[in-house]
Amino acid sequence: MLELLGISPIQLYGQLVLGLINGSFYALLSLGLAVIFGMLNVINFAHGALYMLGAFVAFFALDLLGLNYWAALVIVPLVLALVGVVIERTMLRRLYQLDHLYGLLLTFGIALMLEGVFRHYYGSSGIPYAPPPELVGPLNLGFMILPIYRGWVIAASLVLCLFTWYIIERTRLGALLRAATENPSLVQAFGINVPLMLTLTYAGGVALAGFAGVLAAPIYQVNPAMGSNLIIVVFAVVVVGGMGSIMGAIVTGYALGILEGLTKVFYPPASAIVIFVVMAVVLLVRPAGLFGREA
Amino acid sequence: MSELTDTAALAPAPQLQGKQQIWERALIFAGIAFLVAAPLLGVYPVNLMTLMCFALFAAAFNLLIGYVGLLSFGHAAFFGTGAYVSGYAAKAWGWTPELALLAGALSGAFLGLIVGFLAIKRKGIYFSMITLALSQMVFFIALQAPFTGGEDGLQSIPRGKLFGVIDLANTNAMYAFVLVIFLAGVFALWRIVHSPFGQILKAIREHEPRSISLGYDVSRYKLIAFVISCTVTGVAGGLKALVTQIASLTDITWQTSGEVVLMTILGGIGTTLGPLVGAGIVKTLEDHLASLGFPVPVLIGAIFVACVLLFRRGIIGEIENWMKR
Repeated sequence: MLELLGISPIQLYGQLVLGLINGSFYALLSLGLAVIFGMLNVINFAHGALYMLGAFVAFFALDLLGLNYWAALVIVPLVLALVGVVIERTMLRRLYQLDHLYGLLLTFGIALMLEGVFRHYYGSSGIPYAPPPELVGPLNLGFMILPIYRGWVIAASLVLCLFTWYIIERTRLGALLRAATENPSLVQAFGINVPLMLTLTYAGGVALAGFAGVLAAPIYQVNPAMGSNLIIVVFAVVVVGGMGSIMGAIVTGYALGILEGLTKVFYPPASAIVIFVVMAVVLLVRPAGLFGREA
Repeated sequence: MSELTDTAALAPAPQLQGKQQIWERALIFAGIAFLVAAPLLGVYPVNLMTLMCFALFAAAFNLLIGYVGLLSFGHAAFFGTGAYVSGYAAKAWGWTPELALLAGALSGAFLGLIVGFLAIKRKGIYFSMITLALSQMVFFIALQAPFTGGEDGLQSIPRGKLFGVIDLANTNAMYAFVLVIFLAGVFALWRIVHSPFGQILKAIREHEPRSISLGYDVSRYKLIAFVISCTVTGVAGGLKALVTQIASLTDITWQTSGEVVLMTILGGIGTTLGPLVGAGIVKTLEDHLASLGFPVPVLIGAIFVACVLLFRRGIIGEIENWMKR
């Protein structure tokens, strides 16, 4: 069947893996967006720029402090969480009472500033970031050869997505978060510090973006434009999935990544736009998104 | 929208009165006088013509954000498409400038119809995300399509002869042409906003469910407003292609979409003069800073943050508010 179409299985599997990797980043970022949107009602336009910042912090940690990849995986999310706390406390907080569009505009401004600064100093070419030596080399799966690092990215993002889902849907903290989404004043009346929860939610979402940035650094290089290229696709992913459900964001992210990979095999010119086309179709058929609830 | 703003829709729209109206008129006449006299004063005409294109773009964008409450984050798609289509018509088919502009306008309207039809299915920030995503799709199509010139864009687009008679290669003739189109476009938008149709748009912005219950087909009004805005945006893009004689990928990027959002917010959402003032400030700043080697996006981002946090009414909005007191 595949031979008839002139497509080798190697090529197919290769694009599937690439699709899964792209999907991993779509899932991680749209998950972060969904978590932040759920609590703060803010669409974090800076999410892509913060993902880029994560990759750059990893690069600085290696270049200036000699901290390796594994240290970066721990430190970068913490640094990014701190950045998130600062953004939320100093700026975002002032906009909660206003139209949600202002949150989008503010974070868009932050994204432009972040990207502009890095582009000014590092140009638009990427800086290579070597994968850790433990993860270099091929892994023979029998039907294909998988570079170990790529397998690691897929596994790590999957675990992190499921971990986040578990925290929000299955723990007491998650229950409080969901309750505060429904009715913040009532939760506050029970003695829960809701403003602190908002800060931590934003910081958590941003930390996820930072973690994704470190994961991405060895694959896509460290590049000032890496975030903005990604965030617009992730917006489409979020529209397709609907932001009502954490699991919906994860599943949609991976599924659209794989679909994009398959398009690269069967009709390459359409691969850049296939996700947007899916978005248009979903809007026609099911405007609220596949997993969404109409607000 | 909060409950507080709901009641505001019932009150008659505040009209500019007495002293204020005189001020506004004086400002408009001063503005037109400046634009007419500018080439004589030695202002570089190409800069001013480009600025007018972006001012018209911002005014068209403002029709949506200011009067219907729709934040389109993908308006560069219509601007860029207008530029490409007008540029291609003038260059490859040798159309006269007025026909090339018409082609740009129609392409903006057509694309606006498709994008608008999809985007108005959702509200608020979803609407913004959908317009952004669809504009990115248009960007990728422009990148790959055979007639856009890819990374190079369309270059050395001829300005041609207006109605086959007046040679627009003459800078003064071109300037007059751009000025007339610009003023006509802004006036048309002003008329639309102050028509009964414009009142319905404002009602939808203030309280959509109430407008529905009054019997208005809200989706249709939104779509009509969207297409009008995209048509004028297409004109602005086509005009820009004729002025700079280039249509390139820059015109169609999300950065350009963001820029027009900023012009409008900085000048004042929902004011007639705001987008024009905002476009003037942003473009002037960009020209000066680019020559100094300062990273322009950083400044644009900083103005964004400052506008959102400190003066959400924008410059003209703050002035109007101050004069009302």
